[in-house]
Amino acid sequence: MAEEQSPTEASSKTVTLRIAKSNPEHDSASQFAEFKVPYERWTTVLDAILDVKKHMDHSVAVRYSCRQASCGSCGMKINGRPGLACFTKISELNSDVVTVEPMNNYPIVRDLVVDLEGMFSTHKKMKPFIINEESEVTANTKEFLQTPEQVEEYIQFSNCIKCGLCNSACPTMATDSSFLGPQALTQAYRYVADNRDKGKNERLKIIDESHGIWRCHFAGSCSQVCPKGVDPAMGIQMLRGYLLGFKK
Amino acid sequence: MKRNENREGIKGMANPGRYGIERVSYWLMRITGLGLLAYLIGHIYETSSILNGKSVWDSMLQLTQTTQGHIILTLVIGMCVFHTANGIRLMFAHGGFGVGKPTRPDYPYIPNSQNMKNKLCIYASIGVAALAMMYGLSVLFGE
Ligand code: SF4
Repeated sequence: MAEEQSPTEASSKTVTLRIAKSNPEHDSASQFAEFKVPYERWTTVLDAILDVKKHMDHSVAVRYSCRQASCGSCGMKINGRPGLACFTKISELNSDVVTVEPMNNYPIVRDLVVDLEGMFSTHKKMKPFIINEESEVTANTKEFLQTPEQVEEYIQFSNCIKCGLCNSACPTMATDSSFLGPQALTQAYRYVADNRDKGKNERLKIIDESHGIWRCHFAGSCSQVCPKGVDPAMGIQMLRGYLLGFKK
Repeated sequence: MKRNENREGIKGMANPGRYGIERVSYWLMRITGLGLLAYLIGHIYETSSILNGKSVWDSMLQLTQTTQGHIILTLVIGMCVFHTANGIRLMFAHGGFGVGKPTRPDYPYIPNSQNMKNKLCIYASIGVAALAMMYGLSVLFGE
């Protein structure tokens, strides 16, 4: 496709932004459209895409919301690696060409937008809530007190924003469409490690299946791409510790 | 609404780049596992040839005395050593040992599970496998 130049204010530096475009309604193959975009030290990949969308090609489909790595909407493949577009600066990529593609291992809705429904349903399968008969707030219930150490056990894993980058980087997800995936398994650990929760056995039963936790081979790619420091690889190995009887 | 499947497939799974030494070790572990399985099948076939008499057994043994045979055996030594050494690291990691402790993450969010201990173990497994292969080469190709 033809290369276009952004008319936004002059900047000393420009980058070639290659955007993968596809529309499953009309065709199946992805094509790259190239745009020359000015950028500054602080320009994010999302800023550049929105610049293209505003000035050069209104049809580019991209999902975004908070622009501050809190909502997890703008996950995509940036120069071959899954990342949040709002959390990746053009300047830190050290490249004159930035290629953005939809995340792998999710069905494409259009251009850079993928369908996260599969991830949300495996997430729900993990029962992502505290299971405890006494957890309902009534006149007689008091709050559950936890020590700082008890909170440390799970707080890291509760930072997950469901962006789906970990599932996109996972080598098992690349070939096994039924694998639960690092996002869901980490959320299972988040609740299992919470001392207020009483649903450990229920969750361990759900993940102890042929496409469950045993398919993780600790490649660690999930943890390397996670934008919130959740470290799914650690959570999954700890969770396996429960199943193998090393943790109680 | 139609969707396009976008699973990375074997190509993405087998690509050892992009994610550092941990992904390389994942890839080596899979490849060496498959290699050792192939060797085991070949080895069973080779040793079972003794049932067909001494001459068949001798001719089968001759195959391992060729240059190609020596190269294959050297590769088997390397695969075996790497798979064992890295496998021990993984057995501990899979039990939740050596993968770090949960903490409140701070920017730039370096994952604790991808720690130096694990990286050193991977490099050591590769190093020991290389040394074992060199020793194997010197024994097999020495006079
Ligand atoms: S674990 Fe990290 S990468 Fe995975 S969905 Fe949650 S925030 Fe995103």
